[in-house]
Amino acid sequence: MKWLCNASKRWPLLLFCVLAVMSFPARAVLGDGAASVLNDQARMKGSLRSVDAKAYVMHEITADTGTLVREYVSPGGVVFAVAWEGQFPPDFQQLLGPYYQQARRATAQQERHGRAPIFVDTPSLVVQQSGHPRSFHGQAYIPQLIPQGVKASDIR
Amino acid sequence: MRRFALLFVVGIVLWIAGCSSSTTPSTVTGVTVTCLPSPIQSGQQNQCNAVVTGTGTFITTVTWMANAGSIASNGVFTAPVVLSPTIVTITGTSTQNTSQSGTTTVTINPVNATPITVDAGPQPQSFTAVNEAFTSVTVCVPNTNTCQTIDHVLVDTGTSGLRLLSSVLTVPLPQQNDSSGNPLDECMLFLDGYGWGPVALADISIAGEKASSAPVQVMIPNSSSPPVPPTCSNRSMGANEGNSVSTLGANGILGVGLFQQDCGTKCTPANGTIPPVYYDCSASPCNPTYVTLAQQVPNPVILFSFDNNGVMIFLPSVPAGGVPTETGSLIFGVGTQTNNALPQSATVYTVPDTGTNAGELTTTFNGVSYPSTIESGASGIFFLDSATTGIASCAVKGFMWYCPTPSPDNLSAINQGANGNKGVVNFSIEDASTLLYSVNTAFSTLGAPAPVPGSFDWGLSFFFGKTVFTAIDTKNTPAGPGPYIAY
Repeated sequence: MKWLCNASKRWPLLLFCVLAVMSFPARAVLGDGAASVLNDQARMKGSLRSVDAKAYVMHEITADTGTLVREYVSPGGVVFAVAWEGQFPPDFQQLLGPYYQQARRATAQQERHGRAPIFVDTPSLVVQQSGHPRSFHGQAYIPQLIPQGVKASDIR
Repeated sequence: MRRFALLFVVGIVLWIAGCSSSTTPSTVTGVTVTCLPSPIQSGQQNQCNAVVTGTGTFITTVTWMANAGSIASNGVFTAPVVLSPTIVTITGTSTQNTSQSGTTTVTINPVNATPITVDAGPQPQSFTAVNEAFTSVTVCVPNTNTCQTIDHVLVDTGTSGLRLLSSVLTVPLPQQNDSSGNPLDECMLFLDGYGWGPVALADISIAGEKASSAPVQVMIPNSSSPPVPPTCSNRSMGANEGNSVSTLGANGILGVGLFQQDCGTKCTPANGTIPPVYYDCSASPCNPTYVTLAQQVPNPVILFSFDNNGVMIFLPSVPAGGVPTETGSLIFGVGTQTNNALPQSATVYTVPDTGTNAGELTTTFNGVSYPSTIESGASGIFFLDSATTGIASCAVKGFMWYCPTPSPDNLSAINQGANGNKGVVNFSIEDASTLLYSVNTAFSTLGAPAPVPGSFDWGLSFFFGKTVFTAIDTKNTPAGPGPYIAY
């Protein structure tokens, strides 16, 4: 983990390096603390870029497969949304944690007439994926955790 | 007097003889042959005519001969079956003078058109397919006559590669191996599910085209071996589409999309990381492995001898409310034959072949631009959300669709290619809660929200009433190289 900390000079990363060495659970993700971003970065063997948008901090991980994963952290330090794009979708078990099974249950209950993008829209979870097998675009967020002043359309 | 009479008779005889000897002799001086129309396709007929020139009262008939196919005594030529353009020489030889003959040539092209049908899907099953265009595909064990024709294979311009359910496959297609000689399996991720199973080799025949020893994916259910690796299933929000005909909604998928292979260079050793797409299954669990482009499941069109630069799909327009079934054509090649020429009225929309917007156009709606796709494999038009469009949405059997009131809602958007070409799309959305409870299966007005963070997916609804060309990456066409979509 230490090499990751030296890899960038961006200050938000420094914070997460500090957080990361404090033994956070090695599980990631949507609904989790900000430290899980680093776990994801390590798993995806990716590079990290962080942008402070005041109402939230967006961490963009470029996985070694070329897929971009963006994790949105609220001022309270919780990952309230994730988004992805690329030829290969990310490992949702890692990225969404328990919400992954919730999304799968929701899609399984939908009677699909023909082929369609993924669209789960529930009060506790929104998951969407469109595109095609050379270019997936998706996002997942927990509506209750979206910070004030942030719109769902900011997640992309 | 007697002498005079004799002279008279001789004179008459000479006169008569002189008359007959002054008649021009009957000769044939030439034969000109034409056969129209040309080119024609395998098995088709055209009419050959011979113009025989000569002097005197010559005979105008010829004896016909063709160096391939067959030709009847009345000049009707029947083309042989070919897989690539073949020139046949037709000869008409004078029946009076066999040293006089004429020749012409007829170009024979492969049959490149096959019907597609929009209907309720393979039955009996637990579902009714909606807006799925099906065709039949014949697969054979390579270089044998052990073949099977499979109906209700979904025609999908959104993916590349032929994928067949193991549960419908009855011929023993041989396993494709990786570079180490180990069994090669694949995880194919769709938007709403995934396909897992071995890569096999097959001779694929569709219309009059053939792809020999083509890698295809055999989609197997969860109950089969090798088991689905978690690195495959965990990348999908949906089910294993290989589980059953009901799960897939078809007997297979014929991916005839924008790309030559389903994965491309990202799965080859040229890429730094092995993506979780192709797996070496020499041990359990299977492990991701590199593959060459040739080992990947290709768009079968690229393996055809001819007509191998893309496809054209024609579907008639359907009235409001939809129709129970609809029939159209899948035609191979773009601008390779007379039946797949790009019309003057068509606009070419090029798309990037790499990057996060690979294969995508741009669609502008109410002044805002979004990434978009045009693909026959999706059912309706999936676009934006209710908040953006102002169209009410409703759940029909658990899935969100657009349900405008009043219905229909007439809309307009602008599609734009990477080449800057633009075109207006006028489309209508009807109340899906009415459409999906009708007996109809073909709808041009079926729509659903599909945000993320705003995108357009022009599915089969878009194709009705249009001729849509899908040109494959780097393949040359009369309108330049693919990848592009034109309509």
